Amino acid sequence: MPTAAAHGREDRTGAGREDASGDVAPHAGAQASGGVCSVLTAERLSKQVGSPEGPLTIVHDVSLDIASGESVALVGASGAGKSTLLALLAGLDLPTAGRVLLEGQDLTALDEDGRARLRAQRVGFVFQSFHLIPALTALENVMLPLELAGHAGAREPALETLRRVGLADRTGHYPRQLSGGEQQRVALARAFVTKPAVLFADEPTGNLDAATGARIGQLLFEMNAGSRTTLVLVTHDQDLAERCRRVVHMEAGRLL
Amino acid sequence: MRPIRLALRMLGREWRSGELGVLLLALTLAVATLTGVGFLVGRIRTAVAMQATQVLAADLRVGSPRPISNADFARARLDGLRSARTADMLSVVFDGQRSQLADIYAVTAGYPLRGGVLVADQPFARGEPAGGIPPRGVVWLDSRLLAALGGHVGSRVSVGAATLRVGRVLISRPDQGGTFTGLVPSLLMNAADLPRTRLIEPGSRVHYSALFAGQHAPIKAFKTWLEAHLSPGEHLRDIAEASPQIESAVERDGRFLTLSSLIAVLLCAAAVAMSARRYVARHLDLVALLKTLGASRNLTLRLTALQLLAVAMLATLAGATIGYLAQAWLARALRGVLAEGTLPAAGLTPVGIGALTAVALLAGFALPPLWQLSRTPAVRVLRRDIGPPPPAVLLAFGPAVAVIGALIYWVVLDWKLFVEFTAGLAVFVGLLTAAGAMLAAAATRLRGRVGVAWRYGMANLGRRRTESVAQIVAFGVGTMALLLLGLIRNELDSGWRRTLPTDLPNYFFINIPPRGRGAVLDFLHSHGARTARMLPMMRGRLTEINGRPVGSVHFQERQGRHFAMREQNLTWTADLGADNRIVAGRWWTRAQFGEPLVSVATEFEHWLGLRLGDELTFDIAGNTLSVRVASVRKVEWDSFKPNFLIEFPPGLLEKETGTYLTSAYLTPADARSLAAFARRFPGVSIFDIEDLLSDVRSMLDKAILAVQSVFLFTLLAGLTVLLAAVQSSRDERRYESAMLRTLGASRATVMKGVLAEFAALGALAGVLAVAGASAGAWFLTTHVLHLRYAFDPWACVMGFAGAVVLVATSGWLATRTVVKQPPIGTLRAGT
Repeated sequence: MPTAAAHGREDRTGAGREDASGDVAPHAGAQASGGVCSVLTAERLSKQVGSPEGPLTIVHDVSLDIASGESVALVGASGAGKSTLLALLAGLDLPTAGRVLLEGQDLTALDEDGRARLRAQRVGFVFQSFHLIPALTALENVMLPLELAGHAGAREPALETLRRVGLADRTGHYPRQLSGGEQQRVALARAFVTKPAVLFADEPTGNLDAATGARIGQLLFEMNAGSRTTLVLVTHDQDLAERCRRVVHMEAGRLL
Repeated sequence: MRPIRLALRMLGREWRSGELGVLLLALTLAVATLTGVGFLVGRIRTAVAMQATQVLAADLRVGSPRPISNADFARARLDGLRSARTADMLSVVFDGQRSQLADIYAVTAGYPLRGGVLVADQPFARGEPAGGIPPRGVVWLDSRLLAALGGHVGSRVSVGAATLRVGRVLISRPDQGGTFTGLVPSLLMNAADLPRTRLIEPGSRVHYSALFAGQHAPIKAFKTWLEAHLSPGEHLRDIAEASPQIESAVERDGRFLTLSSLIAVLLCAAAVAMSARRYVARHLDLVALLKTLGASRNLTLRLTALQLLAVAMLATLAGATIGYLAQAWLARALRGVLAEGTLPAAGLTPVGIGALTAVALLAGFALPPLWQLSRTPAVRVLRRDIGPPPPAVLLAFGPAVAVIGALIYWVVLDWKLFVEFTAGLAVFVGLLTAAGAMLAAAATRLRGRVGVAWRYGMANLGRRRTESVAQIVAFGVGTMALLLLGLIRNELDSGWRRTLPTDLPNYFFINIPPRGRGAVLDFLHSHGARTARMLPMMRGRLTEINGRPVGSVHFQERQGRHFAMREQNLTWTADLGADNRIVAGRWWTRAQFGEPLVSVATEFEHWLGLRLGDELTFDIAGNTLSVRVASVRKVEWDSFKPNFLIEFPPGLLEKETGTYLTSAYLTPADARSLAAFARRFPGVSIFDIEDLLSDVRSMLDKAILAVQSVFLFTLLAGLTVLLAAVQSSRDERRYESAMLRTLGASRATVMKGVLAEFAALGALAGVLAVAGASAGAWFLTTHVLHLRYAFDPWACVMGFAGAVVLVATSGWLATRTVVKQPPIGTLRAGT
């Protein structure tokens, strides 16, 4: 099995990492190099799309192995292919070539609904533009993934998670009644409420001012540590990237 | 996972946030239109049919030369029907030394079951409702009979062996006409007095009738029972066989009303499609997010479908209520023009039809986009430029086309009309689309010529080309429907006025002796009457068709046998009447006078299944005459001028000619001279059709009111389409406006751009609507309504200006709030 080291440059110098390999929860999954349980594996992933100038390769032959409980930052210039790689890793999109294993399950072998089921149970998301549902209150937004996953009592865990992000007094507010930072905290609560195995975050502080972004970053890593969730983060925020155990650089669709 | 609960909860939340308002409004108005029109058409049709049944004085009428069996009446009682009997015979009535042959009409209590008897205290005076039948010992004589006898109200007349008192002057009874044959002055009496008259003896020629009336369903069932139990010689009549004038009016009214409702239905479909499109556009992100969070495609489809279904149910409830209230208002408005005072109660069928159609509209116009919505890839949460893959053409348009087709057929229920209408619609929408695309292209070129606002507006048209074309098509169809209705309504109105001028003949003069023709005309003209042409009249029977006895011929049409077997009224004439139009064959030339030819009316041709060249053999006063069908005429029966189903050329029947008939218009003042006329020409029968005309006018009034009401519904439907179209581009406009204002454009500049864009949209839609509506009005007027079409330039100018003003104003009103919003909020939100 290829390892992250085969294609990606690992940066293990980042200070303030929130997690360590010793804290990894014993998820079922492939065995990453070094004897650590691998929760997410990308094997020679490529993504090609059509364009007026002909076929365009956005992700080019990427292999990556992420251990359970690990935090990985995908960094690179705009257009480097970070978000596309994130979408492929999360099973939101299918690669043109290669495959993705999430806890040993080949995402490319599943149909759309199969991938959705897997996401409902094992994956959480945080987005740059929050992606809260405007028609739902903060509490209802957090309850939604639990309801979609078929949990009977969604209210209590949702309330509890909102308390953890400091929004116990905002549960009945609609997204438009919340500040950007508060909206992202609701998004964090929504991401963690299902206790996902892997959390994908796409520029989680990109739409926030520096101070708010820092607070959200802090909260993200605190909750990640508390939940022992594997974190895959796309960011331009150097501070945020450096808090990850591993930083993977991308350029023109390739890992450096 | 419980999708229904989740869908309803999300529906409630979305409703609170205002997301579903436009869709609900569109559907509610659609259902309100459908149910309102349904209630309206149903009630007016029933009312018109009820009024038409007055010609029979009943819903069903059985005629027989023998008394009608009591079993029929017992059965009718069991079925909860009302009934009455009449007996009709000719006899001489005496008043002292004076005598006059009269039609003795004896009736039982309850007569008439439909319509009313009008009486007065003076001959030829305006009648008032009698409110019953003559009491025992009392008779009501019609004006001519009373004038001929020189009697008055209160005098005594001898009818057979009985002496009876003249109680009132009979002005009209509902079943007095329809055919103008064998008319003699009439006397109405109580059937209980008949035995005293000793008029009915073995061998007497008496015509008996049984009258039945009641609710639609039991009448229908009773009719079926009666048809199976008719004795030999008995003949059953219902509205379908009533006067051809009434039948033609009912048919035309019904066709126009259903046509109007069809246009409203199609407009609603367009509004639903636009609303669904906006719903889908606004839910792409939600579906992508739900999928990202683990929802299956099936679940997202069910969630949105359940939400729309709930919206449809709400819309059905609200729409049906609005529709019911609208028709209740209309029922009150109609009360004044109805002879019977009230409209029949509204049935619940329209609610079911409204709900079914709402679901069908959603299935045809909302389900395909919803299907597409469910195909939104989850990756859209990261890349908003990614949407669902383009749909297969069949899936995108198939259900809508199927639903439109089903709706059109449901309304017209005629394959020929269906094909013509559908083809016309397809061509029109195609033309609109092509023309809209051309404008959008032209707008791109024109945008550099005038200032920045114009450029912004035109740029919008050109850049959102598909959307612009869609809006132009929608505006065009909406405006066209409104204009088409306006044009057709004008045509109908003026057509009716052309058909029913105020000086329409109101009296028929029958049994004019050949030698008295000149004297009759001189008398009438000297008393201010305007007469129609005078035609000879004789009686005859059709004995053979193409050499086969009519008794052995099988007729496809129900009326065929009756019309073939009965005694016919015949005439001969050199000239084709102005109210006749040859639809097959040729009218005879002078050289063909005396040739064995015949011209038949379209009704006779249709009922008997005749063709040009068929040989018809008649028995006329004992002589056999075989003639060939030379032409078929479309007769405007509602001209109320002398017309015949069967006409011969001159030179064949002069010897058999018995009497002549004509019709004339007399003012109420001139009509007073008719008493003198009756004394001078005692053998001439005068038939007053003023009351029949009043009935027809009353029905036309109702039809016009109904058309106006349907027009109002269609106007609302058109406005909903406009609103939905404007709403569909509201989000984009909000963002563009914010961008422009951020870049320094004033609010006025942005607003001018919006006005320029919508005015241009309205102008093109107006041009297309005027062209389409004119073509459509011509087609419908000439081919469906069978009226003459006159191009109305003023209405077209108004239609065009209306489209520009309406679209520009609607666009301005709907986008006003967008421009007013501070740009920073919109730019922060990102959309």
